[in-house]
This record gives sequence, C-alpha cells and structure tokens, in this order.
Amino acid sequence: MSTVESRLLTGGEAVAHALCQIQPDVVPVYPITPQTPIIQTFSSLVADGAAHTEIVNVESEHSAMSAAIGAALAGARTATATSSQGLALMAEVVYIAASMRAPLTMAVGNRALSGPINIHCDHSDSMLVRDSGVVQLFAENAQEAYDLMVMAPRIAEHPAVSLPVLVCQDGFTITHAAEPVCMLEDAEVRAFVGEYRPALRSLLATESPASHGPFAMPDYYFEFRRAQAAALEAAAEVIAGVADDFASLAGRANHGVEPYRLDGAETVLIALGSTAGTVKDVIDELREDGERTGLLKIRSFRPFPAQAVRELAGGARHVVVLDRADSPGGAPPLAADVAFALADCDATLRSHVYGLGGRDLHPEAIRQIFHGVAPRYVGVRGEPCPV
Amino acid sequence: MPQLTEWSELPLAGAMAPGDAVQPVTGGWRTAGRPVTHLSSCVNCLLCWLYCPDSAIVLDGTTFAGIDYDFCKGCALCVEVCPVEALSMEPEDGA
Repeated sequence: MSTVESRLLTGGEAVAHALCQIQPDVVPVYPITPQTPIIQTFSSLVADGAAHTEIVNVESEHSAMSAAIGAALAGARTATATSSQGLALMAEVVYIAASMRAPLTMAVGNRALSGPINIHCDHSDSMLVRDSGVVQLFAENAQEAYDLMVMAPRIAEHPAVSLPVLVCQDGFTITHAAEPVCMLEDAEVRAFVGEYRPALRSLLATESPASHGPFAMPDYYFEFRRAQAAALEAAAEVIAGVADDFASLAGRANHGVEPYRLDGAETVLIALGSTAGTVKDVIDELREDGERTGLLKIRSFRPFPAQAVRELAGGARHVVVLDRADSPGGAPPLAADVAFALADCDATLRSHVYGLGGRDLHPEAIRQIFHGVAPRYVGVRGEPCPV
Repeated sequence: MPQLTEWSELPLAGAMAPGDAVQPVTGGWRTAGRPVTHLSSCVNCLLCWLYCPDSAIVLDGTTFAGIDYDFCKGCALCVEVCPVEALSMEPEDGA
C-alpha cells in the first residue's frame, strides 16, 4: 500500500480524479447539476494533458449513452456521467446499453426527479433505471465515490459481467462537499484497472464482423433477459473479488454491504448513500446508552445482496429500511428488496421514506426512527415525530 | 445458427457473425392475401425482385422463379410494379 497523502476534494472532484487516473479512451457527456463538477474537473484535467481521453460534447444525455455504447463496443474504454433528468432522458438507452452488454462506467450525482423541478439529492433517478440491468453502487462519502470509481472498470469489463456500472453519490451532500480523500498513485490505478479487454469482439474488427443488438421476438427476447439476470448474479461475486483486490492495494474495503455495529443488534437499520454516515454517529450515541442498534449499509444496490441481508439482519428483532425514493401507492424500492430477502425471517420490518428533494435527515429523527416512533414519511411538514 | 435449447447458449449480448442469426419466419404476418405468380406472362424484368422489401422473390440464376412465402409479408409492392400482370393478390386459401 502506497497511498499518497489525503487531499481536500469534493466527491465530484474525487471521481473526476479517479477518471483521470483510469484514462478512459472516450467520455461522451452532457452537463447537468449536480454532476457538472465531475465533467468540469475532468475536462480541465484532460485539457491540461493529464489524460488522453477523447471527450465528446454531445447534445443530450440520450446521445451521451448512445455514443458511449458505440465507443465501448468499438473497443474504447468508455465512461460518462449524469444526474436526475439527464438519467431520465438517458434511461431508454441505459436499458439498451445493458442488453448490448456494453462494459462502460458512469458516475451519477443523485438528484430528485422532476416534478416539481429540484436540484437536490434523492435516489429517484437511480431507481428509475433500477430494472435496466446495470450494476449500481452507492457511495457514502467522497472517499468511497473515488474508491468505487477506481473499482468500476474491473467490474464492468469482467467477462462474466460485461455490463454498465453506475457509481452513485448523493448530489451536493457528496458531489459538492469537500472532504479529505486518499488517492492512489496514478500508476497504481493504471495497473489496477489494466488494459481494456472487452469480452465482446469489437465493432471495428472488420476481419471478423459481427451483428450487435439484434431483433429478438417472443421466441428469444426472454432468453436475452435471463442472460442479463445471470450477469447481475455473477456481478456479486466479481464485486467481492475486486473489493478484495482493492482492499489489498488501498487498505480500504468496499464490499457490497458494510455491517456497522451489528454485534448483538436488536434493531438493524438499512440504508444507501450518505445518510449511512449520520446513522453511524447516532448508533454510537445509542450504544453508549445501552441501546443495541446497528446499521447494514448497502453499497451494491444492483446486484442486491439479498443473502448478506438475510445473514446479517435476518436474526434481528426489528429491521428498519430508509428509502430516499418513494414508490407512490406501493413499497419503496429498498424496502421491497429487503422484504423479499427477509421473507422467511422473524424480524419485524418497518419502512420509512426520507430526504426527498434534498430534505435533511437530522440525528434526532434517526433516533426516533430507531425508537419506532417516527412517521412513515420522516421530515415532511404536518407529520411530526412525537417529542 | 440452429435454434437454441437453453438461454445459456445465447452468445454474449446476442452478438453474432453475419448470416448466423436464427431467422424468424415472418410470412405469418400477411393479413391481406398473398401475391400469386402467372409465369406464362412473366417477361423476367425482375422489377419485383428489385422492389421486394423482404428479399422474398426467388430467382433461379437470373430468372424469376417464384415467391418465398416464409418471408413474404404480403405488401403487394411486387404486384404494383409488375408491368405485365404476371403477379396478382389472391386470398390465402385460394393459392
């Protein structure tokens, strides 16, 4: 391990530096808040000669992902970035990228979907492409955003996976907040990601031409989708292996789940993203008061680590799921996955929706959530926690 | 390639060499009859072969030889462009 000293970086800058070290060949991208600092920082680095990347200034996110598919399948290591409405506009092509098994990476600055229009964090944009067949990893802070971005190409390009990998960080809370970040040396990152060797033969391999993205009717569409499901299942093991290798290199573990103080925990909270950091502080306080609470942080939302959730949280008395996205009229997405994972367990399950459109979740509200006295929608006007 | 028996036999992303796709038979899409040939009138101009959007006109060398009903979608373009009424649209059960 030979990490350089930590630098003060926002999550957006940290991911841009990771991309610069990875040196993708092609980055087709369109700016959108709060992703813009990622591509702005990265573009500056490329303009200064720090990376050889061809940045393609496309006219929309739909075009960004379309160009990214072409580049990735032509034999170029490819990355892009987006947020919110950009991801919504791109969604159609995200499904196609997954189906065409394009091994590209994408940094996402999570932001609420319109309407009403808003620029702050929630996870509704990621949830819009939940079922597209891409890998989605969620960072808790700028350090994890950097680490996961460095890990992403290895996961995306593994022949058993060959899928887009989204590295998600909370808009503003992570993308724009400066924290100390330990970066690896450029040469270490380059050696870690290695050469781009996609599992698919190149679109430009004229000596062995291939058709990509074929038409599949009722007789074969289902088989394509089943193969994608198998790739996501395989991704879980690949993520574990890449996380092991990364831990050996950097001394920081970034596996699919992170258990925090689960020893003897009666109440286990499950969450994605930056909120996990606040929850850890609250747990430390509650533990000092003798309350047996713990956190199971989900880094890999897709593939969903159902077995780890069952093993680590299934024995608790209460499991509480925090969703930063709603599914009006139904179960919020993370709660639905946890409920499916814990179907045979005795734990009672509570689901809360919080933080929509960037609403803060304060430590006091997390204490009330642990104590089972918070309303289902935490922090919304008109539904206060009892004091 | 032959019809697959298991999903796991699908090549990665369904990417395949030219001509290696499993061809779905699209003749069943016809809804308004089928073109029928009258070879005695044919002058072998091959306009039908040029216009057919489904490559369903069968040639024997460079001579018109009929229609591949597995792929003819019944658009009737061939009947429209034929200068000598060597093709006509007929009900499916009348052919």
